[in-house]
This record gives sequence, C-alpha cells and structure tokens, in this order.
Amino acid sequence: MNKNKQTGIPDTFSRRRFLTGLSVALGAVGAAFVGIPIIGFLFSPLLQEIPQDWRPVGAVKDFEIGKTVAISFLDASPLPWSGVTAKTAAWLRRDSEQAFTAFAINCTHLGCPVRWLGDANLFMCPCHGGVYYQDGSVAAGPPPKPLAQYQVRVRNDQVEIRTGAVPIE
Amino acid sequence: MKFLKNAWLWIDDRTGIVELLEPVMRHPVPPNTGWWYVFGSATLFVFILQVVTGIALASSYVTSTAEVYNSLQFITHEAFMGRILRGMHYFGASAMIVLIGIHMIRVFLMGSFKFPREVNWLTGAVLLLLTLGMAFTGQLLRWDQNGVWTVIVGAEQAGRTPIIGTMLAHFILAGDTVGGATLSRFFSFHVFFIPALVFGMLGSHLYLVLRNGISEPPQPGQPVDLKSYRAKYKELLHKRGVPFWPDVAWRDVAFGVIIVLVVILVAAAWGPPGLGNPPDPSIIDAYPRPDWYFLWYFAVLALIPPRLETWVILGAPLLLGVVLFVLPFIANRGERHPIRRPWAIGSVLMIVLTIGVLWRLGVLAPWSPNFAAQPLPKAVVSATSGSVYEGAQLFHQKGCEFCHTVAGYGGQRGPNLTDVGNRLTSQQMTIRIVNGGTNMPAFGGNLTPQQLEELVAFLQSLHGSY
Repeated sequence: MNKNKQTGIPDTFSRRRFLTGLSVALGAVGAAFVGIPIIGFLFSPLLQEIPQDWRPVGAVKDFEIGKTVAISFLDASPLPWSGVTAKTAAWLRRDSEQAFTAFAINCTHLGCPVRWLGDANLFMCPCHGGVYYQDGSVAAGPPPKPLAQYQVRVRNDQVEIRTGAVPIE
Repeated sequence: MKFLKNAWLWIDDRTGIVELLEPVMRHPVPPNTGWWYVFGSATLFVFILQVVTGIALASSYVTSTAEVYNSLQFITHEAFMGRILRGMHYFGASAMIVLIGIHMIRVFLMGSFKFPREVNWLTGAVLLLLTLGMAFTGQLLRWDQNGVWTVIVGAEQAGRTPIIGTMLAHFILAGDTVGGATLSRFFSFHVFFIPALVFGMLGSHLYLVLRNGISEPPQPGQPVDLKSYRAKYKELLHKRGVPFWPDVAWRDVAFGVIIVLVVILVAAAWGPPGLGNPPDPSIIDAYPRPDWYFLWYFAVLALIPPRLETWVILGAPLLLGVVLFVLPFIANRGERHPIRRPWAIGSVLMIVLTIGVLWRLGVLAPWSPNFAAQPLPKAVVSATSGSVYEGAQLFHQKGCEFCHTVAGYGGQRGPNLTDVGNRLTSQQMTIRIVNGGTNMPAFGGNLTPQQLEELVAFLQSLHGSY
C-alpha cells in the first residue's frame, strides 16, 4: 500500500478508518435519537408524579361507629379507557364521631386482598395465611408489617379518602 | 405438469432456494439418534402454534382494561372457534413449558451441552427465561380478577429488590397502581418485545445446531476431549452419517404433529381456563393463583420462613441464572453418558422431585384459610344447647374453623382438632386461645370470659369419634 511520503500515513488505511468510524458514529447518533423518546416513553411511569385526589365515599352518618366496612373509590387520574380496573377498595372503620381509619386491602406480605371477618374481628388473607387484628397489626403468618393506611378526612359531613399508590415494600 | 416443472425451475434459478435449503435438509447427522432428540423441534413446533394462535386471538382482543373482559367473553362464547382457539393457546403454553423442561433435561443428561456446543446451551438458557416471561405475561392478558391480582403480587415481589424495588414495581404496573396502562404494557411485552427476543435467540440457537451438528448419542468411556472431538465428529459424519431429511427428520415431524394434535384435542375436550370475576380490584373476595406451571413457586412463597423470603425471591432466580450460565464453562469436557455422571442424574432427580412435591402442595394450598367453611353440622356437635353448643357456634363465628379441621370440616392452616379433647387440658386450651401461637392470632381481646369458657367446653368435648 502507498504511504504518503510526507506524513507517512498509508492512504487507503486512513480513509477506511475514517469511513468506518463515521458509519459507527452516525449509527450511534441515530440509535440515540430513536432511543431517547422510546425509553423515555416506556419509563414515564417512573418519571411522572401523579397528584393524588380526595374521593368522597359516603356521608358520615351512614357509617356505624366501631364497624369496619368495605368501600371503593376511583384511582387518581385514571386513563379514560381504564374501566373497572381503575377502582380501588379499602376497609373503612369509624372509630368515633369524627375519626375514621382506612386500611389498604393489600396484604403486606405479597399484596393479595385481605378479607375482614366481622365476628372474629380479624383480617385474613387468602393467599398464604396472613392474619391481622382490627387495628391492622400483624396477628399471624408471613406479613412483615401492619396493614397500610389511606388518609381519611371529614369534609361537609362527607367522608373523604385520599387516593394512593399500591403499597409496595 | 410441464408448465409447473418449468415454473419451479425458473423460481429456483432466480432465488437459489434449492441450493440454500438442500444442504440444510440433507446435511449428515450421527446415526441412531432415536426418539430422544425430538423434544427441541417439538418445542419449536409448539412455539409456532403459539404464534399463529396468538395472532388469531389478537385480532379480537381489545387491550383497554374497560373492554378486555368483554372481548375475552366474546372470543370464548361467541366468536366462531374462539373457545378452541383460546384453549389451544393455553394448552400450547403448558405444552411449551413441559417440552422445554424435557428438552433441557435430555440435553443435560446426555452431555450435549459440552464442547463445542456451549453457546447452544447458553442461548437455550435465555430461551427458557424468555418462555417463562411469556408464560407470566400471557396469564395476565387473561385480564380477569385473577389477572389483576397476579400483576399486583408480581409487582410486590419485584418491590422486594433493594434500592430500586419500588421503581421496578412501578415499571411493571406502568404507574403507582394497577390501571389502564398496566394491561397495554403487558400486551406490548407479550406480543412484541419478548417474541422479538425469542425469534432472535431461536435463530442463533438453530444456526448453532447446524454449525456444530447435533451431538452423537453418548457412549460411556468416550469422554469429550477438546483437542480431538471436532476431528472425531467429522469422521463419524463422513463414515456413518445419515441425511437429516428424511432419515432423522421424520421423527421430529411425527412427534411434533402428535403433540400439536394432542394440544388441539385437549383444548376441544377441556376448553380454555374459565374467566373469573371481572377485573375490578375493589372486589375483595379473590383467590389469586398463578397458572399451574407456577404453582410450585406459589408453594415456595407460602412455605419459606418469612425472614428468608427476600433472599429467596431475589436470590433463587439469580442463583439459577448463574448455575445455568456457568455449567458449560465448568463441565464442557469429560464423560457424556449419564451412567458415568451420577451427580447429573442425582441433581435432575432432586429438582424434578422437589418441583413435583411443591407443585402438589401448591394445588392443595393447605396454608390458605378455608373461607367456605360452614358451621359444624349436628352430627359433629354433640349438643343442641348449652356451653358445648354455643362453643361450636363460636368455633365458626370467630374464624377458628377457617384454619382448623374438626371431623373433616374446616381449614388446614392449623392443627387438626378432631380429638383435641384427648390431647389438651382446659388450661392448655385457654392459654393457647388467649395468647395465640406462631401462625395463630391471640383471641384474648376478641372473646368475653363466658365465650372463652363455652369455646373450651366445646373443644373439650372433641374426642375423635364420629
């Protein structure tokens, strides 16, 4: 191969190296431009903060003091095509005249929905035998933590619950 | 006829199709491979079945969570052949898991993963992982109540990962809770992303089979030696090789067709898995269960001590991945025949037995409370009034019967109490009921003294004869 007499760089060698490098660099730039919107789109649930909402779940007088009942409400900012999947349930107990506690139905073990047994005053999970007392603390089985709670407030004689994320570890 | 022949010759001349395919079809393979070698191609045929039934199903399936349940009902009950199509896809998935397991065990026990086929094993390991991913995402596309809870349980497990757990869970849910975006994400993964990876891996897997040839049936006393294997294999093919098509391939075709026909038969006879309640997370009465091929893992999660859980959920798959990856590097030479490899036989037996036992337990699920338990019948309660009778009512009302069995009625979470009157004194019973135990709640705060007395009176009356 011929070398440039002044620089000593072989002619074909430098041109080919340059063209290879250019092709690879252009490919990388193209991939980056395509990749950014795609990856951003797929990861958007991690990047966007969804503001939570207060949802009315019934009049205060409709809830008996000391009783735990199931209520349901819509998630925050549901997509228009979500249908029934946008609903969430909670166990709501009226502790006194104006005080309420709302438990997430997700067992703290692996998320299955716990059932309230009124006569036994226990929450029981159907999946792996987790049991909770009526205050949400763990009574038996594998759950590591007490039942998570949603924020509850009373506004204009309406009980309102604040939507929240599914409780993850 | 002459026209057809000429047409064919024209196509072949322009495309070179015979030149391309003939070496593949006629390439020499070792003789006497027998029926042991059909499982790889059977897996491939079932995969193709999954792709075509999947494409058909996708033409009616609606991915909005508001309508998906209705579209599934439509496919199952109204669409022409929809029921059998769903059945084929479900039993095809089951067949894939079974066949991929048999294929992997066959390859492992015959040492076919040894030199020079190590990368074949590695691509196969990735294919196994992708197949399990397809099984998991596929079950969710059957978006009924069980599907919704399965995704939540899956996200909770991912959430156990340190540092990035919550982010992983939100990535899986496509949000901070299960909603409209969750299903679309799983659809995209199950229909496009993972199959693309499968096609890529499958291509390399098959190319490597052609490049390295299928392994000759192992013989004890003929270990793989890196220096001499390739030459010996070439000589074997040269001297005693038989053309792949049709001498050996006919068995692949026959077995593949039989398997596909079995899938269709079972689909027609049993039908697809029934659709449970609508996918409404606010319906609290749910009984989340994975499909049958994951029931053994469901049993693992129920049975391991809670302290070890995170280690097992994260560590076990990681360990499995490491073992699968490392195998061809540490064991790529030496004896191939299983009779000379007792550890290979032993580990396969242990794994199959373990998964089998766990699977059976996953089916029975004795750790789940029996919420369907009814108050004990008269034949079991030896009184119609008084303390014993009241105690028997409390036994059901307070939830005892959900976890304990008396005369065959009740749950299996806790010990059988059919003859507990013979085993424990009143005092021992009182202490246990009031304080609870490892897996039993303390009922001290839940029972009045009189109720406690009545319950103990009932339990004392249980002597095991009915």
